[in-house]
Amino acid sequence: MNQEQSAVTESIIGNSDGTSQYLTFMLNDEEYGFDILRVQEIKGWDSATPIPNTPEYIKGVINLRGTIVPIIDLRKRFVLEEIPYGTTTVVIVVRVEAEDRERIMGVVVDAVSDVYNIADAEQKPPPDFGGGVSVEFVKGLSTVDEKLVILLDIDRLLNAEELKAVDAATN
Amino acid sequence: MALDLDQFKQTFFEESAEGLDIMEDGLLNLQPGSPDIDLVNDIFRAAHSMKGAAGNFGFNHVVDFTHALETLLDEMRAGSRNVTEDTVSLLLQSVDCLREMLSVLQEGTDPDESRSVELLQQIHALLENSGDTPATEAVAAEVPAAEVTGWKILFVPNPDLLRTGNDPARLFRVLKDLGTLTVQVSTEQLPSLDQLVPEDCYLSWSLTLLGNVAEEQIREVFEWVEDDCEIEISPLESAAPVQSEVSEQPQRSGTDRRTGGDRRESGGSKEATSIRVGTDKIDSLVNMVGELVITQSMLSQVGRGFDMDRLDALQNGLVQLERNSRELQDAVMRIRMLPINMVFSRFPRLVRDMSQTLGKDIELVVSGEQTELDKTVLEKIGDPLVHLVRNSLDHGIEAPDDRIESGKPPRGTIRLQAAHEGGKIVIQISDDGAGLPVNKILAKARERGLVEPDQTLSKEEVLDLIFQPGFSTADVVTDVSGRGVGMDVVRRNIKALSGMIDVESEEGVGTTFTIRLPLTVAIMDGQLVRVGTETYVLPLVSIVESIQIENQRLNVIASSQQVYTLRNEYIPIVRLHDLFGQKPDSNDLDKQLLVVVEGEGKKAGLVVDELLAQQQVVIKSLETNYMAIEGLSGATILGDGTVAVILDVTGIVHLSSSDLGAPTDLQPTDPQPTDLDHAA
Amino acid sequence: MAKILTVDDSKTMREMVAFTLESAGHEVAQAEDGVEALSIAKGQSFDLVITDINMPNMDGLTLIPELRALPAFKFAPILVLTTESAADKKTVAKEAGATGWIVKPFKPEDLLATIKKVLG
Repeated sequence: MNQEQSAVTESIIGNSDGTSQYLTFMLNDEEYGFDILRVQEIKGWDSATPIPNTPEYIKGVINLRGTIVPIIDLRKRFVLEEIPYGTTTVVIVVRVEAEDRERIMGVVVDAVSDVYNIADAEQKPPPDFGGGVSVEFVKGLSTVDEKLVILLDIDRLLNAEELKAVDAATN
Repeated sequence: MALDLDQFKQTFFEESAEGLDIMEDGLLNLQPGSPDIDLVNDIFRAAHSMKGAAGNFGFNHVVDFTHALETLLDEMRAGSRNVTEDTVSLLLQSVDCLREMLSVLQEGTDPDESRSVELLQQIHALLENSGDTPATEAVAAEVPAAEVTGWKILFVPNPDLLRTGNDPARLFRVLKDLGTLTVQVSTEQLPSLDQLVPEDCYLSWSLTLLGNVAEEQIREVFEWVEDDCEIEISPLESAAPVQSEVSEQPQRSGTDRRTGGDRRESGGSKEATSIRVGTDKIDSLVNMVGELVITQSMLSQVGRGFDMDRLDALQNGLVQLERNSRELQDAVMRIRMLPINMVFSRFPRLVRDMSQTLGKDIELVVSGEQTELDKTVLEKIGDPLVHLVRNSLDHGIEAPDDRIESGKPPRGTIRLQAAHEGGKIVIQISDDGAGLPVNKILAKARERGLVEPDQTLSKEEVLDLIFQPGFSTADVVTDVSGRGVGMDVVRRNIKALSGMIDVESEEGVGTTFTIRLPLTVAIMDGQLVRVGTETYVLPLVSIVESIQIENQRLNVIASSQQVYTLRNEYIPIVRLHDLFGQKPDSNDLDKQLLVVVEGEGKKAGLVVDELLAQQQVVIKSLETNYMAIEGLSGATILGDGTVAVILDVTGIVHLSSSDLGAPTDLQPTDPQPTDLDHAA
Repeated sequence: MAKILTVDDSKTMREMVAFTLESAGHEVAQAEDGVEALSIAKGQSFDLVITDINMPNMDGLTLIPELRALPAFKFAPILVLTTESAADKKTVAKEAGATGWIVKPFKPEDLLATIKKVLG
């Protein structure tokens, strides 16, 4: 169904004119974007069951209509300052492609922001951040209404090396 | 109106397959000399049922065959025939033969009757031997039917006719269908009202039936009441001589049925499979649907004239609905889960037959046969398992003399076990046989160019070579397993199920194959425990006992590992709170509970705050969207929709004991902790 | 149309009988042995019972007298379905209180014709 949905979305927004649609959200007062085709749903934050022996940024797992879905706290993932979850805190459920298969996971962010059409040509390659968000997660940068939007590479949030690193860290 | 019963063939085949399993099981458990009569009865009944239904489809070979078996079994249960090893063997062969006959009928292929004919002869020979020949069914003598113009029938029923459920009026109605009937009732025997027993029949009848009716046809109508009445049937005066037409009729219809049956058989095709589900599972489904209906009606009530005051009710209803649908989903999934015994059950027979053929003495030990797995997996795991067991029988276990020579008991053992472990189903086939010849395998691999001459391999790598295509470890290709299906096919089949197969072997000691299959869905009996604020699930099978911790039984060994003294055993203590970063209710261990668990032969005591409910849980993989975590075998969704992780006892024991030698190796005879130092 | 109870431990047989009877418009209840049949029979009445003889838990020959002891089955027709064409089974069944018998294998048309003898 998800594929169907995204197929439909794709046909509506199209990709032929060289623009992509991004869902943006706030994290530590910065605006980040996910490729909207990867977003499955947005849901309010509810508790997650912690999973022992996992990195701190894994909040735990939730029950998403019968499947077990891990939840990543994006602040912790980016080693940002922690803030208590509030009323705007949401979980963006995304499809991540890693190791030749697709996983569904939830990403906790401060708040959802907007949906933008961003021309591929307008994307700039990521500069080398001093500290802050590691450049490995960033696909590109763009400016919308004079605001900076950081476009994220979803697949890097939990890619093969990450999994291995996690493995090594826990053993 | 022609009613076609062919649609029940599939049911018949399925039921017969079950019946044959029952027969086989029973025969394998039958003690020659002192048979269990109940068991013989079960076997008899299975054969009997098959015979009954087979006749309806015109499967006459099956009828003849089961009839002979039935006769033999009948003598056995009546005690007039001894149950010998030979008889049992003959019966087992017959079960195989029937299985073949049925599969031939099912697939519509040409039957090879030579085997069944031979077996049938053997059975008949056996039956004649005891002088107890099966009662050959008397062929009804052809009664010449007369073409008559009519019959006169005098029918005087006994008073208690009605109590047998027969009603004269209904019999007459059937007669009326044969011709023109005139009925005259006689009330002569009717007593006065004060003497009348209302349940008795006092009337008698004199009937005239006009038409071309055979006496046989009339007798048939009264067949059931013959003994409960006086009946006289005589032709009316002008009875004419016989014409053959009528008497031929039933015979022809008999032939028709047979050919009809044959035709239908060949047209038979493989039909959709079905699944046999325990009524308890169905009942729980029905209950859930019931709840769903209640929720639905509640919701539609809320929906009618909705206002914001009823938002709570709506939300509650939706939560309820979600729970209902989830439970329903789980229950439906559960239907697909079947015990692995459905595959394991064929092995006692296989081992028995093959050890006879090979002249070996082999015992089969099966455990974990109730472990459930998905039907699809179950259907596909059978062949690889058969191959592995055959391998053990054929190449693993040595001949009795060789075993004695190497200081082993003459009787070899093959173990077949299944368990849920680490979110997977683990099936092990192990034998205490000769083990795999590492050097020979390596030499052969070099010879075949699978390994470079100068390449050095670890033992594990060498053993893994047996899974290479076309590689057979057997020096001689024996009749049994050398049929071109190699271990490569086994591995391929298991990989197709997303599983893994490994081999461990020690020359002279034995070989163990371990198959791990993932469980997309699996059901487990779980014990819910509370550790801090979290709920965890422990597999019920791994729990040995749960006890209140007593401080004086706590000891520390190797300066760090805490152990608990329990009946001369030292059980390492695992503080789940530390492992999972949870806060215990109390820092005093003696205010907590110790759940003693066992995994892969190692025991451990898990400290928990509270034991919660025991319930069946659906195992969900953490790997689907995340990854495997050591110490966890998956997760499950509890009744309130939250997720609880399932602990993998083996992993937990491993996690906690990795820094301590081998705690369970401690087998002190004296439970004094001072004695432990040398052991640790 | 009649309400009929068929009792047989063979599912195939039971379903074939039920199918045949239902095709003729009868209402059919099924039981897989005497015990189940008896518990069904205790709650309701039937116009006809067709039972197998050899069954686990409670066989047909035990079932029949048990049924006859129930008021609703005192005069109800009870037929045994038997493969044994041997006369002794029929006699034994009659002695147990059976109304009559049907021989397996049966043709659907014959079964329907036969039960006419006991159904109104």
